[in-house]
Amino acid sequence: MAERLMTRPVIELRGLARTYPGPPPVPALRPADLVIADGDYVAVTGPSGSGKSTLLHLLGLLDAPTEGSYLIDGLDTSALNDRDRSALRGRRIGVVFQSFHLLPYRTALENVLLAELYNRTPGGARVRAAVDALDAVGLGHRLDALPTTLSGGESQRVAIARALVNRPSLVLCDEPTGNLDSRNATALMELLDQLNAAGYTIIVITHDPGVAAHASRTVAISDGVLSERGADHG
Amino acid sequence: MASPVTGLPSPRLTARDTTAEAVAGIVQRPGRAVLTMLGTILGVGAFVAVLGLTATGAGQISHQFTVLEDTTVTVEDNGPASNVASPGTNPAIGFPADADAVADRIDGVTAAGVWWPVSLPSNASFTGSLALSGSASQTVGLLAASPGAVQAMGLSMVAGSPLTTYENDTRQHVAVIDTATAAELGISPARLPSHPAVFVDGIAYTVVGIYSSAQRVVSDESAMLIPENTALADYGNPEPGIGNQDEAQMVIATRTGAAQTVARQIAAAELPTDPSRLVVTSPPNPQNLQSEVSRDLAGLFLILALISLLIGAVGIANTTLVAVLERTEEIGLRRAVGARPRHIAAQFLAESTALGTLGGLIGTCIGVGVVVIFAAAKDWTSVLNPAYTLPAPLIGSVVGLLAGAYPALRAARTSPLAALRHA
Repeated sequence: MAERLMTRPVIELRGLARTYPGPPPVPALRPADLVIADGDYVAVTGPSGSGKSTLLHLLGLLDAPTEGSYLIDGLDTSALNDRDRSALRGRRIGVVFQSFHLLPYRTALENVLLAELYNRTPGGARVRAAVDALDAVGLGHRLDALPTTLSGGESQRVAIARALVNRPSLVLCDEPTGNLDSRNATALMELLDQLNAAGYTIIVITHDPGVAAHASRTVAISDGVLSERGADHG
Repeated sequence: MASPVTGLPSPRLTARDTTAEAVAGIVQRPGRAVLTMLGTILGVGAFVAVLGLTATGAGQISHQFTVLEDTTVTVEDNGPASNVASPGTNPAIGFPADADAVADRIDGVTAAGVWWPVSLPSNASFTGSLALSGSASQTVGLLAASPGAVQAMGLSMVAGSPLTTYENDTRQHVAVIDTATAAELGISPARLPSHPAVFVDGIAYTVVGIYSSAQRVVSDESAMLIPENTALADYGNPEPGIGNQDEAQMVIATRTGAAQTVARQIAAAELPTDPSRLVVTSPPNPQNLQSEVSRDLAGLFLILALISLLIGAVGIANTTLVAVLERTEEIGLRRAVGARPRHIAAQFLAESTALGTLGGLIGTCIGVGVVVIFAAAKDWTSVLNPAYTLPAPLIGSVVGLLAGAYPALRAARTSPLAALRHA
């Protein structure tokens, strides 16, 4: 993996807030500031309804803030049109969902290929990148397996391979162990550790302190208020 | 093309990828695809079958029509402008003495001649000479016919020969009768060499020929044909004027396709001094008839085909809409990995269009099959217009495209956030 400068900010939140229109209006995320550097491994923790998912959706460009600005690689996303936001989603951000979101009729390889469908990668390079990504998560032998034949741990690995296949600047994980047993959860966290060690910037959203413990930084969110706590291990 | 803001190329879904995604969407759920296509299959199949069957049927009609009707021209003698005959008699017939020969000289005429129904008293009797008890019913028509007319009538002789020029010129008392009349009169074909005679009100006519069927004039009735000149000598001139039923007529057999041309020339050729005395009837243009038949039949069934297509469209629209709702998660995921709303719309539109096209193809094959099998069963020649048949699958494409429009729009409008949240 490419060496990344630890000092370059990948993500910058400047007074980023999201209020859902009511009635009554719900301030799901109150104005927040946060800088995440290249190679950071950040855990966002908080109880249900604290605003974790809102933050994830904003970070993943799946939702737009009502206030403030969000910069990826120094680029202010609030001014972007749909085309540019889609391009950023496709190339700079990889999302791993709690419920995997694998297409049930597509093989593991095809599910990973889906992430390359819209970003102009030529056909041959697509397949090579997808196979490499599946190899990297230890599923090089299950390319043609359908999601229905994969275990939960394997399904989540396919989802991670899909998130990684475009070499994103940021990997967002939403409760990645939420649907896994403890053994698979441990294996998955080890995989995320390896990926971070390989240079990926990772944000894990979790309510599980065990998962958060793997991260080098922990950001707590409670009632929509973001606060960094704990020492920076990085 | 890179964005000036992000420096990233804008997301793209190539036509090839769109097609591949559409095909994948269909083949991954084959059962549903077939059910979705059913309406389109039926609609397009009905469309092709209806057009094919009507064309085949009309082709068959026009085939029969061509060989019998299209080769026949009829000329009727409407009589002179003023009555030039002495009281109690009829004027001379409008056709010249050499009418047959004049008609024969027109290009396209294969046989032509003058004939008329001889007017007999209502109690006239037909009696055979061989069996004293044999007498025919009054439905036998006594027809005066020139040799050319007999030839144009296209008699199928079972015994003897049709009337000859010699018999006509010399006013022989001879006759040709049909098999039914012959049987009634007790005259069997085998006994023709013994010169049996038929007495019509006491006048004897030697039967020289028996025919079983005819193509023109006497095809539907029992008739006894006697030479034209014999009839003139025995019964006088026929009453002229259309509507009398007894007026002199000319029947002309032509080569296929020549009837219209012959019809335009015959009156002036036969009666150059007063062509308007002759009323010419030519067959309707067979192509008009054929297209009329096609229109009548096709019109009704095409409405049915359109209804089927409408049902097909509603089926595709409904299933695609359900698929959009079912695949909300997939839409959200695709948006999360960089798809733009237009890519989502293109994918669903491509899927519904592909389903429609496939349905159209299958429907066309079934429609063609129905036409071919039906024609084969009827021993007809199947007629399929390539101009309608080849583009028929495109009807399915259009149906799919239109039916997919609303669901695709709805899919494109699905917010990725809502899609992933509801999954």
